[in-house]
Amino acid sequence: MTDSTNQIPDRIRLSFVVNGTKRTLDLVPWTTLLDALRDHLGLTGTKKGCDHGQCGACTVLVDGRRINSCLTLAVMKDGAEITTVEGLAQDGTLHPLQQAFIDHDAFQCGYCTPGQLCSAAGLLSEGRAKDADEIRELMSGNLCRCGAYPNIVAAIQQTMSWP
Amino acid sequence: MINFQYSCASDVTEAIGLLAAHSGAKLIAGGTNLIDLMKESVEKPTRLIDISRLPLRQIEETGDGGLHIGALVPNSDLAYHPLIEERYPLLASAILAGASAQLRNMASVGGNLMQRTRCAYFYDTATPCNKRTPGSGCSAVDGLNRNHAILGTSAFCIATNPSDMSVALAALDAVVHIAGPSGERTMGMREFHRLPGDTPHVDTNLERSEIITAIELPPRGFAGNYSYLKIRDRVSYAFAIVSVAAALEFDGHAIRKARLALGGVAHKPWCSVEAEAALQGQPATTDHFARAADLLLQGARTYAHNGFKVELARRAVMRTLTQAANASPQSQAHKKIA
Ligand SMILES: Cc1cc2nc3c(=O)[nH]c(=O)nc-3n(C[C@H](O)[C@H](O)[C@H](O)COP(=O)(O)OP(=O)(O)OC[C@H]3O[C@@H](n4cnc5c(N)ncnc54)[C@H](O)[C@@H]3O)c2cc1C
Ligand code: SF4
Ligand code: FES
Ligand code: FES
Repeated sequence: MTDSTNQIPDRIRLSFVVNGTKRTLDLVPWTTLLDALRDHLGLTGTKKGCDHGQCGACTVLVDGRRINSCLTLAVMKDGAEITTVEGLAQDGTLHPLQQAFIDHDAFQCGYCTPGQLCSAAGLLSEGRAKDADEIRELMSGNLCRCGAYPNIVAAIQQTMSWP
Repeated sequence: MINFQYSCASDVTEAIGLLAAHSGAKLIAGGTNLIDLMKESVEKPTRLIDISRLPLRQIEETGDGGLHIGALVPNSDLAYHPLIEERYPLLASAILAGASAQLRNMASVGGNLMQRTRCAYFYDTATPCNKRTPGSGCSAVDGLNRNHAILGTSAFCIATNPSDMSVALAALDAVVHIAGPSGERTMGMREFHRLPGDTPHVDTNLERSEIITAIELPPRGFAGNYSYLKIRDRVSYAFAIVSVAAALEFDGHAIRKARLALGGVAHKPWCSVEAEAALQGQPATTDHFARAADLLLQGARTYAHNGFKVELARRAVMRTLTQAANASPQSQAHKKIA
Protein backbone atom coordinates (compact mmCIF):
# COMPACT_ATOMS: atom_id res chain seq x y z
CA MET A 1 0.00 0.00 0.00
CA THR A 2 1.23 3.48 -0.76
CA ASP A 3 0.12 6.66 0.90
CA SER A 4 -1.16 9.12 -1.66
CA THR A 5 0.73 12.38 -1.58
CA ASN A 6 -2.37 14.23 -2.79
CA GLN A 7 -4.31 13.24 0.27
CA ILE A 8 -4.12 16.07 2.79
CA PRO A 9 -3.61 14.51 6.21
CA ASP A 10 -5.91 15.52 9.01
CA ARG A 11 -4.70 18.02 11.51
CA ILE A 12 -3.58 16.34 14.67
CA ARG A 13 -4.67 17.60 18.07
CA LEU A 14 -1.84 17.87 20.55
CA SER A 15 -1.11 19.66 23.77
CA PHE A 16 1.97 20.61 25.65
CA VAL A 17 2.74 22.81 28.60
CA VAL A 18 4.66 25.85 27.44
CA ASN A 19 6.26 28.03 30.10
CA GLY A 20 3.83 26.66 32.66
CA THR A 21 0.64 27.06 30.59
CA LYS A 22 -1.14 24.18 28.86
CA ARG A 23 -1.60 24.88 25.14
CA THR A 24 -3.66 22.80 22.74
CA LEU A 25 -3.14 23.01 18.98
CA ASP A 26 -4.48 21.35 15.85
CA LEU A 27 -1.53 21.04 13.49
CA VAL A 28 -0.59 19.37 10.23
CA PRO A 29 2.05 16.72 10.98
CA TRP A 30 4.95 18.53 9.26
CA THR A 31 4.83 21.49 11.63
CA THR A 32 8.13 21.65 13.48
CA LEU A 33 8.15 22.51 17.16
CA LEU A 34 9.90 25.76 16.21
CA ASP A 35 7.11 26.78 13.82
CA ALA A 36 4.46 25.73 16.34
CA LEU A 37 6.01 28.01 18.96
CA ARG A 38 6.58 30.98 16.68
CA ASP A 39 3.69 30.84 14.22
CA HIS A 40 0.94 29.15 16.21
CA LEU A 41 1.64 30.32 19.77
CA GLY A 42 3.17 33.70 18.98
CA LEU A 43 6.27 32.93 21.03
CA THR A 44 8.74 34.62 18.73
CA GLY A 45 11.55 34.76 21.29
CA THR A 46 12.81 31.44 19.94
CA LYS A 47 14.64 32.24 16.71
CA LYS A 48 14.97 30.51 13.36
CA GLY A 49 18.54 30.80 12.17
CA CYS A 50 19.35 27.95 9.82
CA ASP A 51 16.33 25.63 10.25
CA HIS A 52 18.80 22.69 9.89
CA GLY A 53 20.31 22.04 13.31
CA GLN A 54 23.45 23.98 12.48
CA CYS A 55 23.19 27.16 14.57
CA GLY A 56 21.32 26.60 17.86
CA ALA A 57 19.16 29.76 17.61
CA CYS A 58 16.05 27.58 18.03
CA THR A 59 17.22 25.91 21.25
CA VAL A 60 14.45 25.30 23.81
CA LEU A 61 14.15 23.03 26.82
CA VAL A 62 11.87 20.01 26.43
CA ASP A 63 11.26 18.13 29.67
CA GLY A 64 14.28 19.99 31.02
CA ARG A 65 16.66 19.02 28.19
CA ARG A 66 17.97 21.42 25.57
CA ILE A 67 17.14 20.50 21.99
CA ASN A 68 16.98 22.12 18.54
CA SER A 69 13.28 22.85 18.00
CA CYS A 70 13.77 23.12 14.21
CA LEU A 71 14.55 19.40 13.90
CA THR A 72 11.63 17.96 15.81
CA LEU A 73 7.96 17.75 14.92
CA ALA A 74 5.42 19.35 17.23
CA VAL A 75 3.32 16.15 17.17
CA MET A 76 6.27 14.21 18.54
CA LYS A 77 6.26 16.43 21.63
CA ASP A 78 2.60 15.88 22.54
CA GLY A 79 2.41 15.89 26.35
CA ALA A 80 5.83 17.46 26.87
CA GLU A 81 6.81 20.35 29.08
CA ILE A 82 8.53 23.10 27.12
CA THR A 83 10.47 26.12 28.30
CA THR A 84 11.36 28.89 25.88
CA VAL A 85 13.32 32.06 26.52
CA GLU A 86 10.03 33.75 27.47
CA GLY A 87 9.75 31.32 30.39
CA LEU A 88 13.21 31.80 31.91
CA ALA A 89 12.43 34.89 34.02
CA GLN A 90 10.31 34.18 37.09
CA ASP A 91 7.87 36.71 38.63
CA GLY A 92 9.50 39.63 36.89
CA THR A 93 13.02 38.66 38.00
CA LEU A 94 15.52 37.80 35.32
CA HIS A 95 17.00 34.31 35.31
CA PRO A 96 20.57 34.46 36.69
CA LEU A 97 21.83 33.66 33.20
CA GLN A 98 19.92 36.59 31.71
CA GLN A 99 21.38 38.91 34.35
CA ALA A 100 24.87 37.52 33.73
CA PHE A 101 24.52 38.06 29.97
CA ILE A 102 23.70 41.71 30.68
CA ASP A 103 26.53 42.06 33.21
CA HIS A 104 29.05 40.64 30.74
CA ASP A 105 27.73 42.29 27.59
CA ALA A 106 27.30 38.79 26.15
CA PHE A 107 25.44 39.83 23.00
CA GLN A 108 25.46 42.39 20.26
CA CYS A 109 22.57 41.96 17.80
CA GLY A 110 20.90 39.52 20.19
CA TYR A 111 19.64 37.12 17.54
CA CYS A 112 21.43 34.10 18.94
CA THR A 113 20.78 35.08 22.56
CA PRO A 114 17.48 33.23 23.27
CA GLY A 115 19.12 30.04 22.01
CA GLN A 116 22.30 30.75 23.97
CA LEU A 117 20.27 31.30 27.15
CA CYS A 118 18.19 28.15 26.82
CA SER A 119 21.27 26.16 25.88
CA ALA A 120 23.20 27.53 28.86
CA ALA A 121 20.25 26.68 31.13
CA GLY A 122 20.42 23.11 29.81
CA LEU A 123 24.18 23.05 30.32
CA LEU A 124 23.81 24.15 33.94
CA SER A 125 21.31 21.42 34.75
CA GLU A 126 23.44 18.77 32.99
CA GLY A 127 26.28 19.70 35.37
CA ARG A 128 29.02 18.46 33.03
CA ALA A 129 30.94 21.67 32.38
CA LYS A 130 33.54 22.38 35.02
CA ASP A 131 35.85 24.88 33.33
CA ALA A 132 35.93 27.37 30.47
CA ASP A 133 37.12 24.77 27.92
CA GLU A 134 34.23 22.51 28.82
CA ILE A 135 31.76 25.40 28.60
CA ARG A 136 33.11 26.24 25.14
CA GLU A 137 32.82 22.62 24.00
CA LEU A 138 29.34 22.06 25.44
CA MET A 139 28.07 25.39 24.04
CA SER A 140 29.49 24.72 20.57
CA GLY A 141 25.99 24.01 19.26
CA ASN A 142 25.19 27.73 19.55
CA LEU A 143 26.80 29.94 16.96
CA CYS A 144 27.09 33.69 17.46
CA ARG A 145 27.55 35.60 14.24
CA CYS A 146 28.57 38.70 16.22
CA GLY A 147 31.34 36.76 17.92
CA ALA A 148 30.31 37.45 21.52
CA TYR A 149 31.78 34.10 22.55
CA PRO A 150 34.29 35.26 25.22
CA ASN A 151 31.56 37.23 27.01
CA ILE A 152 29.06 34.38 26.73
CA VAL A 153 31.57 32.03 28.36
CA ALA A 154 32.27 34.61 31.08
CA ALA A 155 28.53 35.05 31.74
CA ILE A 156 28.00 31.31 32.10
CA GLN A 157 31.04 31.04 34.37
CA GLN A 158 29.63 33.80 36.57
CA THR A 159 26.34 31.91 36.85
CA MET A 160 28.11 28.65 37.66
CA SER A 161 30.01 30.18 40.54
CA TRP A 162 26.84 31.46 42.16
CA PRO A 163 25.91 29.56 45.30
CA MET B 1 8.73 20.79 4.21
CA ILE B 2 7.06 17.98 2.25
CA ASN B 3 3.63 16.67 3.23
CA PHE B 4 3.27 13.26 4.84
CA GLN B 5 1.01 11.11 7.00
CA TYR B 6 1.95 10.48 10.60
CA SER B 7 1.55 7.41 12.80
CA CYS B 8 2.88 6.86 16.28
CA ALA B 9 3.86 3.25 16.96
CA SER B 10 3.12 1.83 20.39
CA ASP B 11 5.26 -1.30 20.11
CA VAL B 12 7.94 -2.80 17.86
CA THR B 13 5.51 -5.17 16.13
CA GLU B 14 3.24 -2.28 15.20
CA ALA B 15 6.20 -0.30 13.84
CA ILE B 16 7.29 -3.23 11.66
CA GLY B 17 3.70 -3.80 10.51
CA LEU B 18 3.35 -0.15 9.49
CA LEU B 19 6.68 -0.22 7.66
CA ALA B 20 5.67 -3.37 5.79
CA ALA B 21 2.21 -1.99 4.95
CA HIS B 22 3.33 1.38 3.58
CA SER B 23 6.07 1.22 0.95
CA GLY B 24 6.80 4.95 1.23
CA ALA B 25 7.03 5.00 5.03
CA LYS B 26 10.07 5.75 7.16
CA LEU B 27 10.79 5.50 10.84
CA ILE B 28 11.54 8.64 12.79
CA ALA B 29 13.36 8.61 16.14
CA GLY B 30 15.23 11.80 17.10
CA GLY B 31 14.49 13.38 13.74
CA THR B 32 17.83 15.18 13.55
CA ASN B 33 18.87 13.62 10.25
CA LEU B 34 15.56 12.71 8.66
CA ILE B 35 13.79 16.07 9.16
CA ASP B 36 16.86 17.88 7.85
CA LEU B 37 16.83 15.72 4.69
CA MET B 38 13.06 16.12 4.28
CA LYS B 39 13.41 19.90 4.38
CA GLU B 40 15.90 19.55 1.51
CA SER B 41 13.55 17.16 -0.37
CA VAL B 42 16.30 14.55 -0.36
CA GLU B 43 14.15 12.15 1.66
CA LYS B 44 10.48 12.11 0.66
CA PRO B 45 8.63 9.63 2.87
CA THR B 46 4.86 9.56 2.39
CA ARG B 47 4.41 8.51 6.03
CA LEU B 48 6.47 8.90 9.18
CA ILE B 49 6.26 6.20 11.80
CA ASP B 50 7.18 7.80 15.10
CA ILE B 51 9.10 5.24 17.16
CA SER B 52 10.28 7.72 19.77
CA ARG B 53 7.80 6.40 22.34
CA LEU B 54 8.76 2.73 22.03
CA PRO B 55 10.14 1.15 25.22
CA LEU B 56 13.69 0.81 23.88
CA ARG B 57 15.45 3.15 26.30
CA GLN B 58 17.12 0.68 28.68
CA ILE B 59 20.80 0.09 29.26
CA GLU B 60 21.19 -3.33 30.87
CA GLU B 61 24.01 -5.71 31.72
CA THR B 62 23.99 -8.96 29.75
CA GLY B 63 24.66 -12.40 31.26
CA ASP B 64 28.20 -12.53 29.86
CA GLY B 65 29.29 -9.16 31.25
CA GLY B 66 28.45 -7.02 28.23
CA LEU B 67 25.82 -4.31 27.85
CA HIS B 68 22.51 -4.23 25.98
CA ILE B 69 21.59 -0.70 24.85
CA GLY B 70 18.08 0.08 23.60
CA ALA B 71 17.89 1.69 20.15
CA LEU B 72 16.15 4.80 21.49
CA VAL B 73 18.68 5.68 24.17
CA PRO B 74 19.66 9.28 23.41
CA ASN B 75 23.31 9.74 22.41
CA SER B 76 23.99 11.99 25.42
CA ASP B 77 22.45 9.56 27.92
CA LEU B 78 24.61 6.80 26.48
CA ALA B 79 27.82 8.83 26.59
CA TYR B 80 27.20 9.91 30.20
CA HIS B 81 25.93 6.56 31.51
CA PRO B 82 28.13 5.44 34.44
CA LEU B 83 28.67 1.94 32.99
CA ILE B 84 29.72 3.39 29.64
CA GLU B 85 32.03 5.97 31.22
CA GLU B 86 33.60 3.28 33.36
CA ARG B 87 33.77 0.29 31.02
CA TYR B 88 33.51 1.67 27.46
CA PRO B 89 35.05 5.17 27.63
CA LEU B 90 36.04 4.86 23.94
CA LEU B 91 32.36 4.84 23.02
CA ALA B 92 31.60 7.78 25.34
CA SER B 93 34.45 9.76 23.81
CA ALA B 94 33.40 9.11 20.21
CA ILE B 95 29.81 10.13 20.90
CA LEU B 96 30.91 13.34 22.62
CA ALA B 97 33.10 14.15 19.61
CA GLY B 98 29.98 14.30 17.43
CA ALA B 99 27.36 16.98 16.73
CA SER B 100 26.38 19.33 19.59
CA ALA B 101 24.97 18.93 23.10
CA GLN B 102 21.44 19.71 21.83
CA LEU B 103 21.67 17.25 18.94
CA ARG B 104 23.07 14.52 21.18
CA ASN B 105 20.08 15.02 23.49
CA MET B 106 17.76 14.29 20.55
CA ALA B 107 19.71 11.72 18.51
CA SER B 108 19.02 8.04 19.16
CA VAL B 109 21.40 5.10 18.94
CA GLY B 110 19.43 3.57 16.04
CA GLY B 111 19.19 6.87 14.16
CA ASN B 112 22.90 7.50 14.60
CA LEU B 113 23.70 4.15 12.92
CA MET B 114 21.31 4.99 10.07
CA GLN B 115 22.34 8.63 9.47
CA ARG B 116 23.13 9.34 5.86
CA THR B 117 26.22 10.79 4.20
CA ARG B 118 27.04 14.50 4.33
CA CYS B 119 28.25 14.53 0.70
CA ALA B 120 27.19 18.00 -0.47
CA TYR B 121 25.91 16.66 -3.80
CA PHE B 122 23.67 14.20 -1.99
CA TYR B 123 22.04 17.23 -0.33
CA ASP B 124 21.85 19.30 -3.53
CA THR B 125 18.88 18.06 -5.56
CA ALA B 126 20.05 20.12 -8.56
CA THR B 127 23.04 17.80 -9.09
CA PRO B 128 23.33 14.15 -10.15
CA CYS B 129 23.87 11.70 -7.28
CA ASN B 130 23.58 7.91 -7.45
CA LYS B 131 22.87 7.67 -3.77
CA ARG B 132 19.91 10.06 -3.93
CA THR B 133 18.72 9.20 -7.45
CA PRO B 134 20.06 5.81 -8.59
CA GLY B 135 21.48 5.92 -12.11
CA SER B 136 21.85 9.72 -12.26
CA GLY B 137 25.64 9.66 -11.85
CA CYS B 138 28.11 10.74 -9.19
CA SER B 139 28.96 14.44 -9.10
CA ALA B 140 31.76 13.96 -6.59
CA VAL B 141 34.05 11.63 -8.55
CA ASP B 142 35.09 14.51 -10.81
CA GLY B 143 33.84 17.29 -8.56
CA LEU B 144 34.65 18.77 -5.17
CA ASN B 145 35.79 15.64 -3.36
CA ARG B 146 38.07 16.93 -0.60
CA ASN B 147 35.93 15.32 2.09
CA HIS B 148 35.29 12.09 0.24
CA ALA B 149 36.37 8.50 0.71
CA ILE B 150 39.77 6.99 -0.02
CA LEU B 151 38.92 3.36 0.79
CA GLY B 152 36.30 0.96 -0.55
CA THR B 153 35.01 3.44 -3.14
CA SER B 154 33.39 2.58 -6.47
CA ALA B 155 32.89 4.49 -9.70
CA PHE B 156 29.28 4.95 -8.57
CA CYS B 157 29.88 6.64 -5.20
CA ILE B 158 32.78 7.90 -3.10
CA ALA B 159 30.76 9.13 -0.11
CA THR B 160 31.78 8.64 3.51
CA ASN B 161 29.71 7.54 6.47
CA PRO B 162 29.60 10.50 8.88
CA SER B 163 28.92 8.74 12.20
CA ASP B 164 31.46 9.01 15.02
CA MET B 165 29.61 6.57 17.27
CA SER B 166 29.72 3.86 14.60
CA VAL B 167 33.52 4.05 14.42
CA ALA B 168 33.81 3.27 18.14
CA LEU B 169 31.16 0.55 17.90
CA ALA B 170 33.10 -1.09 15.06
CA ALA B 171 36.32 -0.95 17.06
CA LEU B 172 34.53 -2.48 20.06
CA ASP B 173 32.99 -5.23 17.87
CA ALA B 174 29.44 -4.38 18.93
CA VAL B 175 26.45 -6.35 17.69
CA VAL B 176 23.28 -4.81 16.23
CA HIS B 177 19.95 -6.36 17.27
CA ILE B 178 17.31 -6.24 14.57
CA ALA B 179 13.61 -7.10 14.42
CA GLY B 180 11.61 -7.58 11.21
CA PRO B 181 8.56 -9.23 9.70
CA SER B 182 10.26 -12.64 9.84
CA GLY B 183 11.59 -12.35 13.38
CA GLU B 184 14.74 -11.19 15.09
CA ARG B 185 18.38 -11.40 14.06
CA THR B 186 21.75 -9.90 14.94
CA MET B 187 24.52 -8.46 12.79
CA GLY B 188 28.09 -7.54 13.70
CA MET B 189 28.76 -3.80 13.60
CA ARG B 190 31.55 -4.37 11.07
CA GLU B 191 29.03 -5.96 8.67
CA PHE B 192 26.20 -3.52 9.32
CA HIS B 193 27.23 -0.77 6.89
CA ARG B 194 28.09 -1.74 3.33
CA LEU B 195 30.35 -0.53 0.56
CA PRO B 196 28.69 1.45 -2.25
CA GLY B 197 29.43 -0.93 -5.15
CA ASP B 198 26.92 -0.27 -7.93
CA THR B 199 24.03 0.28 -5.45
CA PRO B 200 25.14 3.26 -3.34
CA HIS B 201 21.54 4.16 -2.48
CA VAL B 202 21.70 1.27 0.01
CA ASP B 203 23.77 2.32 3.04
CA THR B 204 23.40 -0.72 5.29
CA ASN B 205 22.46 -4.39 5.32
CA LEU B 206 19.22 -3.66 7.18
CA GLU B 207 16.14 -4.72 5.19
CA ARG B 208 13.47 -2.12 4.45
CA SER B 209 10.89 -3.40 6.95
CA GLU B 210 13.40 -4.07 9.71
CA ILE B 211 14.05 -1.98 12.77
CA ILE B 212 17.10 -1.75 14.99
CA THR B 213 16.02 -2.62 18.53
CA ALA B 214 19.36 -2.53 20.37
CA ILE B 215 23.15 -2.53 20.29
CA GLU B 216 25.09 -5.06 22.32
CA LEU B 217 28.58 -4.41 23.60
CA PRO B 218 30.78 -7.42 24.29
CA PRO B 219 32.42 -7.68 27.75
CA ARG B 220 35.82 -6.43 26.53
CA GLY B 221 35.69 -2.64 26.88
CA PHE B 222 39.38 -1.60 26.59
CA ALA B 223 38.83 0.94 29.38
CA GLY B 224 42.54 1.18 30.20
CA ASN B 225 44.09 1.93 26.82
CA TYR B 226 41.94 3.66 24.26
CA SER B 227 41.59 6.93 22.37
CA TYR B 228 39.24 8.56 19.86
CA LEU B 229 40.91 11.22 17.76
CA LYS B 230 38.79 13.28 15.40
CA ILE B 231 40.44 15.60 12.86
CA ARG B 232 38.13 18.26 11.38
CA ASP B 233 38.09 21.78 9.95
CA ARG B 234 36.89 23.35 13.20
CA VAL B 235 37.47 21.82 16.61
CA SER B 236 33.84 21.25 17.56
CA TYR B 237 30.43 20.77 15.90
CA ALA B 238 31.93 19.58 12.61
CA PHE B 239 32.12 16.24 10.85
CA ALA B 240 35.36 14.27 10.72
CA ILE B 241 37.78 14.55 7.86
CA VAL B 242 39.52 11.59 9.43
CA SER B 243 38.83 9.97 12.79
CA VAL B 244 40.43 7.04 14.56
CA ALA B 245 39.20 4.74 17.31
CA ALA B 246 42.04 2.77 18.87
CA ALA B 247 41.87 0.27 21.73
CA LEU B 248 44.67 -1.85 23.18
CA GLU B 249 45.10 -4.49 25.85
CA PHE B 250 48.55 -5.31 27.20
CA ASP B 251 50.32 -8.38 28.55
CA GLY B 252 53.23 -6.69 30.27
CA HIS B 253 54.85 -4.71 27.46
CA ALA B 254 53.35 -6.73 24.64
CA ILE B 255 50.06 -5.88 23.00
CA ARG B 256 47.63 -8.72 23.68
CA LYS B 257 44.71 -7.36 21.71
CA ALA B 258 44.39 -4.39 19.36
CA ARG B 259 41.35 -2.79 17.79
CA LEU B 260 41.37 -0.06 15.19
CA ALA B 261 38.67 1.66 13.17
CA LEU B 262 38.81 4.67 10.88
CA GLY B 263 36.06 7.19 10.25
CA GLY B 264 35.68 9.77 7.48
CA VAL B 265 37.52 7.64 4.92
CA ALA B 266 34.94 5.16 3.62
CA HIS B 267 31.28 4.30 3.17
CA LYS B 268 31.52 2.44 6.50
CA PRO B 269 33.78 2.42 9.55
CA TRP B 270 37.05 1.07 8.11
CA CYS B 271 38.65 -1.89 9.88
CA SER B 272 41.33 -4.40 8.96
CA VAL B 273 41.93 -7.64 10.83
CA GLU B 274 45.43 -7.75 9.28
CA ALA B 275 46.30 -4.39 10.82
CA GLU B 276 44.99 -5.53 14.21
CA ALA B 277 46.79 -8.89 13.99
CA ALA B 278 50.06 -7.14 13.10
CA LEU B 279 50.01 -5.39 16.48
CA GLN B 280 49.31 -8.51 18.48
CA GLY B 281 52.25 -9.73 20.56
CA GLN B 282 54.31 -6.65 19.64
CA PRO B 283 55.59 -3.85 21.85
CA ALA B 284 53.91 -0.45 21.55
CA THR B 285 56.49 1.20 19.32
CA THR B 286 56.23 3.72 16.49
CA ASP B 287 57.47 1.12 13.99
CA HIS B 288 54.68 -1.28 14.77
CA PHE B 289 52.12 1.51 14.79
CA ALA B 290 53.31 2.66 11.36
CA ARG B 291 53.05 -0.88 10.02
CA ALA B 292 49.50 -1.21 11.35
CA ALA B 293 48.57 2.15 9.79
CA ASP B 294 49.97 1.06 6.43
CA LEU B 295 48.04 -2.20 6.55
CA LEU B 296 44.85 -0.38 7.48
CA LEU B 297 45.29 2.05 4.59
CA GLN B 298 46.29 -0.60 2.06
CA GLY B 299 44.50 -0.10 -1.25
CA ALA B 300 43.72 3.55 -0.61
CA ARG B 301 42.75 5.41 -3.76
CA THR B 302 42.56 9.17 -3.91
CA TYR B 303 40.69 11.71 -6.05
CA ALA B 304 41.54 15.24 -7.21
CA HIS B 305 41.15 16.97 -3.84
CA ASN B 306 41.51 14.33 -1.12
CA GLY B 307 45.03 13.02 -1.66
CA PHE B 308 46.08 14.52 1.68
CA LYS B 309 43.77 12.14 3.54
CA VAL B 310 46.09 9.14 3.20
CA GLU B 311 49.01 10.74 5.04
CA LEU B 312 46.63 12.47 7.47
CA ALA B 313 44.99 9.15 8.29
CA ARG B 314 48.34 7.41 8.63
CA ARG B 315 49.61 9.98 11.11
CA ALA B 316 46.29 10.07 12.94
CA VAL B 317 46.38 6.27 13.38
CA MET B 318 49.90 6.42 14.79
CA ARG B 319 49.02 9.30 17.09
CA THR B 320 45.86 7.63 18.36
CA LEU B 321 47.66 4.34 19.01
CA THR B 322 50.32 6.28 20.95
CA GLN B 323 47.63 8.03 23.00
CA ALA B 324 46.01 4.65 23.71
CA ALA B 325 49.31 2.99 24.67
CA ASN B 326 50.18 5.88 26.99
CA ALA B 327 46.71 5.77 28.58
CA SER B 328 46.34 9.45 27.66
CA PRO B 329 43.19 9.46 25.54
CA GLN B 330 42.28 12.50 23.47
CA SER B 331 40.06 14.85 25.48
CA GLN B 332 36.99 16.03 23.58
CA ALA B 333 36.83 19.27 25.60
CA HIS B 334 40.49 20.25 25.91
CA LYS B 335 41.50 20.27 22.30
CA LYS B 336 45.26 20.01 22.41
CA ILE B 337 46.31 16.75 20.77
CA ALA B 338 48.43 14.88 23.30
C1 LIG C 1 24.41 20.12 12.38
C2 LIG C 1 24.64 18.67 12.64
C3 LIG C 1 25.90 18.22 12.99
C4 LIG C 1 26.14 16.87 13.23
N1 LIG C 1 27.39 16.45 13.55
C5 LIG C 1 27.64 15.14 13.74
C6 LIG C 1 28.94 14.65 14.02
O1 LIG C 1 29.89 15.42 14.13
N2 LIG C 1 29.11 13.32 14.19
C7 LIG C 1 28.08 12.44 14.10
O2 LIG C 1 28.30 11.24 14.27
N3 LIG C 1 26.84 12.85 13.82
C8 LIG C 1 26.60 14.18 13.63
N4 LIG C 1 25.35 14.60 13.32
C9 LIG C 1 24.33 13.59 12.98
C10 LIG C 1 23.55 13.07 14.15
O3 LIG C 1 24.39 12.28 14.95
C11 LIG C 1 22.43 12.23 13.56
O4 LIG C 1 21.54 13.10 12.90
C12 LIG C 1 21.68 11.45 14.62
O5 LIG C 1 22.52 10.54 15.25
C13 LIG C 1 20.50 10.72 14.00
O6 LIG C 1 19.71 10.14 15.02
P1 LIG C 1 18.14 10.43 15.11
O7 LIG C 1 17.59 9.57 16.18
O8 LIG C 1 17.89 11.87 15.22
O9 LIG C 1 17.70 9.87 13.68
P2 LIG C 1 16.43 10.24 12.76
O10 LIG C 1 16.68 11.50 12.05
O11 LIG C 1 15.18 10.09 13.53
O12 LIG C 1 16.52 9.02 11.75
C14 LIG C 1 17.61 8.88 10.86
C15 LIG C 1 17.38 7.63 10.01
O13 LIG C 1 17.45 6.47 10.83
C16 LIG C 1 16.28 5.68 10.67
N5 LIG C 1 16.04 5.08 11.98
C17 LIG C 1 15.94 5.74 13.17
N6 LIG C 1 15.80 4.86 14.19
C18 LIG C 1 15.83 3.62 13.63
C19 LIG C 1 15.72 2.29 14.16
N7 LIG C 1 15.60 2.06 15.47
N8 LIG C 1 15.77 1.26 13.29
C20 LIG C 1 15.91 1.47 11.96
N9 LIG C 1 16.01 2.70 11.40
C21 LIG C 1 15.96 3.76 12.23
C22 LIG C 1 15.22 6.64 10.20
O14 LIG C 1 14.23 5.99 9.45
C23 LIG C 1 16.03 7.60 9.35
O15 LIG C 1 16.18 7.09 8.06
C24 LIG C 1 25.07 15.95 13.12
C25 LIG C 1 23.79 16.39 12.79
C26 LIG C 1 23.57 17.74 12.54
C27 LIG C 1 22.19 18.19 12.18
S1 SF4 D 1 29.76 10.48 -3.67
FE1 SF4 D 1 27.88 9.25 -3.47
S2 SF4 D 1 26.56 10.63 -2.32
FE2 SF4 D 1 28.16 11.94 -3.22
S3 SF4 D 1 27.44 12.58 -5.28
FE3 SF4 D 1 28.56 10.68 -5.57
S4 SF4 D 1 26.91 9.15 -5.49
FE4 SF4 D 1 26.08 10.95 -4.51
S1 FES E 1 17.34 27.14 13.58
FE1 FES E 1 17.51 25.26 14.61
S2 FES E 1 19.65 24.99 14.73
FE2 FES E 1 19.49 26.75 13.46
S1 FES F 1 24.73 38.46 19.41
FE1 FES F 1 24.51 38.63 17.26
S2 FES F 1 24.55 36.52 16.69
FE2 FES F 1 25.10 36.42 18.75
